[in-house]
Amino acid sequence: MKAHLSRRYRISASHRLHSDAMSTEENRSTYGKCNNPHGHGHNYTIQITVSGQVDVKTGMVCNLSDLDSFIEREVLARYDYENLNTLQEFADEVPTTENLCVQIYEIVHRGFSHAHLEKVRLEETMMNSFEYTGPAKAVS
Amino acid sequence: MVYLTRKAEFSASHYYHNPDFTPEENLRTFGKCNNPNGHGHNYTLEVTVKGEVDPRSGFVVDLKQLKEVMHREVLDAMDHRFLNKEVPEFLHQIPTTENIAIAIWQRLATKLTQAALHRVRVYETADLFVDFYGEGS
Repeated sequence: MKAHLSRRYRISASHRLHSDAMSTEENRSTYGKCNNPHGHGHNYTIQITVSGQVDVKTGMVCNLSDLDSFIEREVLARYDYENLNTLQEFADEVPTTENLCVQIYEIVHRGFSHAHLEKVRLEETMMNSFEYTGPAKAVS
Repeated sequence: MVYLTRKAEFSASHYYHNPDFTPEENLRTFGKCNNPNGHGHNYTLEVTVKGEVDPRSGFVVDLKQLKEVMHREVLDAMDHRFLNKEVPEFLHQIPTTENIAIAIWQRLATKLTQAALHRVRVYETADLFVDFYGEGS
Protein backbone atom coordinates (compact mmCIF):
# COMPACT_ATOMS: atom_id res chain seq x y z
CA MET A 1 0.00 0.00 0.00
CA LYS A 2 1.23 3.42 -0.92
CA ALA A 3 1.81 6.09 1.70
CA HIS A 4 3.35 9.55 1.79
CA LEU A 5 6.03 10.34 4.36
CA SER A 6 6.93 13.92 5.25
CA ARG A 7 9.91 15.07 7.23
CA ARG A 8 10.78 18.60 8.34
CA TYR A 9 14.30 20.06 8.62
CA ARG A 10 15.60 23.50 9.49
CA ILE A 11 18.32 25.72 8.08
CA SER A 12 19.40 29.27 8.81
CA ALA A 13 20.87 31.26 5.96
CA SER A 14 21.24 34.78 4.65
CA HIS A 15 20.51 36.21 1.23
CA ARG A 16 20.02 39.37 -0.73
CA LEU A 17 17.46 39.68 -3.48
CA HIS A 18 19.01 41.59 -6.35
CA SER A 19 18.88 41.10 -10.10
CA ASP A 20 21.71 42.30 -12.32
CA ALA A 21 19.14 42.57 -15.12
CA MET A 22 17.36 45.41 -13.28
CA SER A 23 18.34 49.00 -12.59
CA THR A 24 19.08 50.11 -9.03
CA GLU A 25 15.64 51.71 -8.84
CA GLU A 26 13.89 48.68 -10.25
CA ASN A 27 15.70 46.38 -7.78
CA ARG A 28 14.59 48.60 -4.91
CA SER A 29 11.00 48.75 -6.02
CA THR A 30 10.84 45.02 -6.78
CA TYR A 31 12.60 43.61 -3.74
CA GLY A 32 12.11 46.38 -1.15
CA LYS A 33 13.95 45.67 2.11
CA CYS A 34 15.20 42.38 0.68
CA ASN A 35 17.43 44.41 -1.64
CA ASN A 36 19.57 45.68 1.29
CA PRO A 37 23.14 45.20 -0.05
CA HIS A 38 24.32 43.73 3.24
CA GLY A 39 21.76 40.94 3.10
CA HIS A 40 19.53 39.54 5.82
CA GLY A 41 18.66 36.06 7.10
CA HIS A 42 15.88 33.60 7.79
CA ASN A 43 15.22 30.41 9.69
CA TYR A 44 13.91 28.23 6.89
CA THR A 45 11.94 25.03 7.35
CA ILE A 46 12.29 22.43 4.61
CA GLN A 47 9.54 19.83 4.36
CA ILE A 48 10.34 16.84 2.15
CA THR A 49 7.50 14.53 1.10
CA VAL A 50 8.33 11.14 -0.41
CA SER A 51 6.00 8.31 -1.36
CA GLY A 52 6.14 4.62 -2.07
CA GLN A 53 4.75 1.23 -1.23
CA VAL A 54 5.01 0.38 2.46
CA ASP A 55 7.57 -2.44 2.69
CA VAL A 56 5.93 -5.38 4.49
CA LYS A 57 9.22 -6.39 6.09
CA THR A 58 9.92 -3.00 7.68
CA GLY A 59 6.55 -1.21 7.67
CA MET A 60 8.27 1.74 6.04
CA VAL A 61 8.09 3.76 2.81
CA CYS A 62 11.83 4.25 3.23
CA ASN A 63 14.19 4.11 6.14
CA LEU A 64 14.15 7.47 7.86
CA SER A 65 17.87 7.23 8.58
CA ASP A 66 18.54 7.03 4.81
CA LEU A 67 16.44 10.15 4.20
CA ASP A 68 17.95 12.02 7.16
CA SER A 69 21.53 11.22 6.21
CA PHE A 70 20.92 12.19 2.57
CA ILE A 71 19.31 15.51 3.49
CA GLU A 72 21.99 16.22 6.10
CA ARG A 73 24.78 15.57 3.61
CA GLU A 74 23.33 17.04 0.42
CA VAL A 75 21.03 19.83 1.60
CA LEU A 76 21.69 20.95 5.18
CA ALA A 77 25.48 20.84 4.87
CA ARG A 78 25.18 22.87 1.69
CA TYR A 79 22.83 25.62 2.85
CA ASP A 80 22.83 25.83 6.66
CA TYR A 81 24.68 28.89 7.98
CA GLU A 82 25.58 30.05 4.49
CA ASN A 83 25.12 33.24 2.55
CA LEU A 84 23.05 31.91 -0.36
CA ASN A 85 24.33 34.58 -2.76
CA THR A 86 27.86 33.17 -2.47
CA LEU A 87 26.83 29.71 -3.70
CA GLN A 88 27.44 28.57 -7.25
CA GLU A 89 23.77 27.90 -8.05
CA PHE A 90 22.89 31.49 -7.19
CA ALA A 91 25.74 33.11 -9.09
CA ASP A 92 23.33 33.92 -11.93
CA GLU A 93 20.00 33.38 -10.19
CA VAL A 94 18.32 35.41 -7.45
CA PRO A 95 18.19 33.34 -4.22
CA THR A 96 14.48 33.79 -3.68
CA THR A 97 12.76 31.10 -1.67
CA GLU A 98 11.08 29.94 -4.89
CA ASN A 99 14.48 29.31 -6.48
CA LEU A 100 15.89 27.68 -3.34
CA CYS A 101 12.85 25.40 -3.20
CA VAL A 102 13.44 24.30 -6.80
CA GLN A 103 17.16 23.76 -6.14
CA ILE A 104 16.42 21.52 -3.15
CA TYR A 105 13.83 19.60 -5.17
CA GLU A 106 16.42 19.01 -7.91
CA ILE A 107 19.04 17.79 -5.42
CA VAL A 108 16.65 15.30 -3.81
CA HIS A 109 15.08 14.24 -7.11
CA ARG A 110 18.51 13.58 -8.62
CA GLY A 111 20.18 11.87 -5.67
CA PHE A 112 17.67 10.16 -3.40
CA SER A 113 16.72 6.73 -4.69
CA HIS A 114 14.97 5.08 -1.72
CA ALA A 115 11.51 6.58 -2.40
CA HIS A 116 9.72 8.78 -4.91
CA LEU A 117 9.99 12.52 -4.27
CA GLU A 118 6.51 14.06 -4.24
CA LYS A 119 7.06 17.58 -3.01
CA VAL A 120 9.42 20.08 -1.42
CA ARG A 121 7.85 22.72 0.79
CA LEU A 122 9.99 25.58 1.95
CA GLU A 123 8.86 27.94 4.69
CA GLU A 124 10.82 31.19 4.74
CA THR A 125 8.93 32.51 7.76
CA MET A 126 5.74 31.38 9.46
CA MET A 127 3.90 33.62 6.99
CA ASN A 128 5.57 32.65 3.70
CA SER A 129 5.79 29.18 2.26
CA PHE A 130 6.49 27.72 -1.17
CA GLU A 131 5.92 24.29 -2.65
CA TYR A 132 7.42 22.62 -5.71
CA THR A 133 6.34 19.27 -7.08
CA GLY A 134 8.51 19.19 -10.19
CA PRO A 135 7.71 20.40 -13.69
CA ALA A 136 4.00 20.79 -14.58
CA LYS A 137 2.31 18.95 -11.72
CA ALA A 138 -0.35 20.45 -9.48
CA VAL A 139 0.12 20.62 -5.71
CA SER A 140 -2.31 18.41 -3.80
CA MET B 1 -16.92 19.27 -2.79
CA VAL B 2 -15.73 20.49 0.60
CA TYR B 3 -13.00 18.95 2.71
CA LEU B 4 -13.26 18.90 6.50
CA THR B 5 -10.41 17.99 8.84
CA ARG B 6 -10.72 16.97 12.46
CA LYS B 7 -7.70 16.59 14.74
CA ALA B 8 -7.17 14.36 17.74
CA GLU B 9 -4.22 13.41 19.89
CA PHE B 10 -3.19 10.14 21.41
CA SER B 11 -0.13 8.97 23.31
CA ALA B 12 1.20 5.47 22.87
CA SER B 13 4.34 3.38 23.03
CA HIS B 14 5.78 1.03 20.47
CA TYR B 15 8.93 -0.60 19.18
CA TYR B 16 10.06 -1.81 15.77
CA HIS B 17 11.07 -5.43 15.38
CA ASN B 18 10.76 -8.02 12.61
CA PRO B 19 10.97 -11.59 13.99
CA ASP B 20 12.26 -12.79 10.60
CA PHE B 21 15.35 -10.54 10.92
CA THR B 22 18.46 -11.43 12.90
CA PRO B 23 19.12 -9.28 16.02
CA GLU B 24 21.84 -7.46 14.05
CA GLU B 25 19.52 -6.85 11.11
CA ASN B 26 16.80 -5.53 13.44
CA LEU B 27 19.23 -3.16 15.10
CA ARG B 28 20.70 -2.00 11.79
CA THR B 29 17.26 -1.40 10.25
CA PHE B 30 15.40 0.07 13.19
CA GLY B 31 18.17 1.59 15.36
CA LYS B 32 16.96 2.95 18.70
CA CYS B 33 13.36 2.06 17.77
CA ASN B 34 14.31 -1.62 18.22
CA ASN B 35 14.48 -1.36 22.04
CA PRO B 36 12.06 -4.18 23.06
CA ASN B 37 10.87 -2.26 26.12
CA GLY B 38 9.34 0.31 23.81
CA HIS B 39 9.32 4.09 23.74
CA GLY B 40 6.50 6.57 23.27
CA HIS B 41 5.17 9.46 21.27
CA ASN B 42 2.41 12.01 21.42
CA TYR B 43 0.71 11.36 18.11
CA THR B 44 -1.50 13.87 16.36
CA LEU B 45 -4.14 12.43 14.08
CA GLU B 46 -5.80 14.46 11.32
CA VAL B 47 -8.78 12.90 9.61
CA THR B 48 -9.98 14.60 6.43
CA VAL B 49 -13.37 13.75 4.96
CA LYS B 50 -14.91 15.09 1.78
CA GLY B 51 -18.42 15.57 0.53
CA GLU B 52 -21.03 17.96 -0.74
CA VAL B 53 -22.48 20.44 1.74
CA ASP B 54 -25.93 19.32 2.86
CA PRO B 55 -28.28 22.21 1.97
CA ARG B 56 -30.41 21.66 5.07
CA SER B 57 -27.67 21.45 7.73
CA GLY B 58 -24.88 23.32 5.96
CA PHE B 59 -22.56 20.48 7.01
CA VAL B 60 -20.30 18.15 5.05
CA VAL B 61 -20.51 15.82 8.01
CA ASP B 62 -21.94 15.96 11.50
CA LEU B 63 -18.79 16.74 13.44
CA LYS B 64 -20.24 15.14 16.54
CA GLN B 65 -20.60 11.85 14.70
CA LEU B 66 -17.08 12.09 13.24
CA LYS B 67 -15.65 12.83 16.67
CA GLU B 68 -17.50 9.87 18.19
CA VAL B 69 -16.29 7.47 15.49
CA MET B 70 -12.69 8.68 15.88
CA HIS B 71 -12.91 8.21 19.64
CA ARG B 72 -14.53 4.79 19.50
CA GLU B 73 -12.51 3.30 16.65
CA VAL B 74 -9.11 4.89 17.20
CA LEU B 75 -8.52 6.68 20.49
CA ASP B 76 -10.17 4.09 22.74
CA ALA B 77 -8.00 1.43 21.10
CA MET B 78 -4.68 3.29 20.84
CA ASP B 79 -4.50 6.07 23.44
CA HIS B 80 -2.19 5.19 26.35
CA ARG B 81 -1.52 1.74 24.91
CA PHE B 82 1.56 -0.28 24.01
CA LEU B 83 0.70 -0.66 20.33
CA ASN B 84 2.70 -3.88 19.75
CA LYS B 85 0.90 -5.69 22.56
CA GLU B 86 -2.55 -4.18 22.79
CA VAL B 87 -3.72 -3.29 19.30
CA PRO B 88 -4.66 -6.34 17.19
CA GLU B 89 -3.25 -4.96 13.91
CA PHE B 90 0.19 -4.68 15.46
CA LEU B 91 0.48 -8.13 16.99
CA HIS B 92 1.92 -9.29 13.66
CA GLN B 93 2.73 -6.01 11.93
CA ILE B 94 5.28 -3.35 12.87
CA PRO B 95 3.57 -0.22 14.28
CA THR B 96 5.44 2.28 12.12
CA THR B 97 3.75 5.60 11.42
CA GLU B 98 2.95 4.28 7.93
CA ASN B 99 1.17 1.21 9.32
CA ILE B 100 -0.61 3.24 12.00
CA ALA B 101 -2.01 5.57 9.31
CA ILE B 102 -3.17 2.57 7.25
CA ALA B 103 -4.73 0.87 10.30
CA ILE B 104 -6.61 4.05 11.24
CA TRP B 105 -7.87 4.43 7.66
CA GLN B 106 -9.15 0.85 7.71
CA ARG B 107 -10.83 1.35 11.08
CA LEU B 108 -12.58 4.54 9.92
CA ALA B 109 -13.40 3.95 6.25
CA THR B 110 -16.34 1.63 6.76
CA LYS B 111 -17.67 3.47 9.80
CA LEU B 112 -18.08 6.88 8.23
CA THR B 113 -21.51 6.98 6.67
CA GLN B 114 -22.07 10.66 5.91
CA ALA B 115 -18.90 11.67 4.08
CA ALA B 116 -16.09 9.86 2.31
CA LEU B 117 -12.71 9.51 3.95
CA HIS B 118 -10.13 11.50 1.99
CA ARG B 119 -6.92 11.39 4.00
CA VAL B 120 -5.54 10.10 7.27
CA ARG B 121 -2.49 12.02 8.50
CA VAL B 122 -0.55 10.81 11.51
CA TYR B 123 2.15 12.96 13.10
CA GLU B 124 4.62 10.95 15.15
CA THR B 125 6.39 14.20 16.01
CA ALA B 126 5.98 17.73 14.67
CA ASP B 127 8.74 16.92 12.17
CA LEU B 128 7.57 13.53 10.93
CA PHE B 129 4.19 12.59 9.52
CA VAL B 130 2.56 10.13 7.14
CA ASP B 131 -0.40 10.62 4.81
CA PHE B 132 -2.55 7.74 3.59
CA TYR B 133 -5.20 8.22 0.89
CA GLY B 134 -6.62 4.70 0.73
CA GLU B 135 -5.76 1.34 -0.73
CA GLY B 136 -6.42 2.37 -4.31
CA SER B 137 -4.42 5.59 -4.32
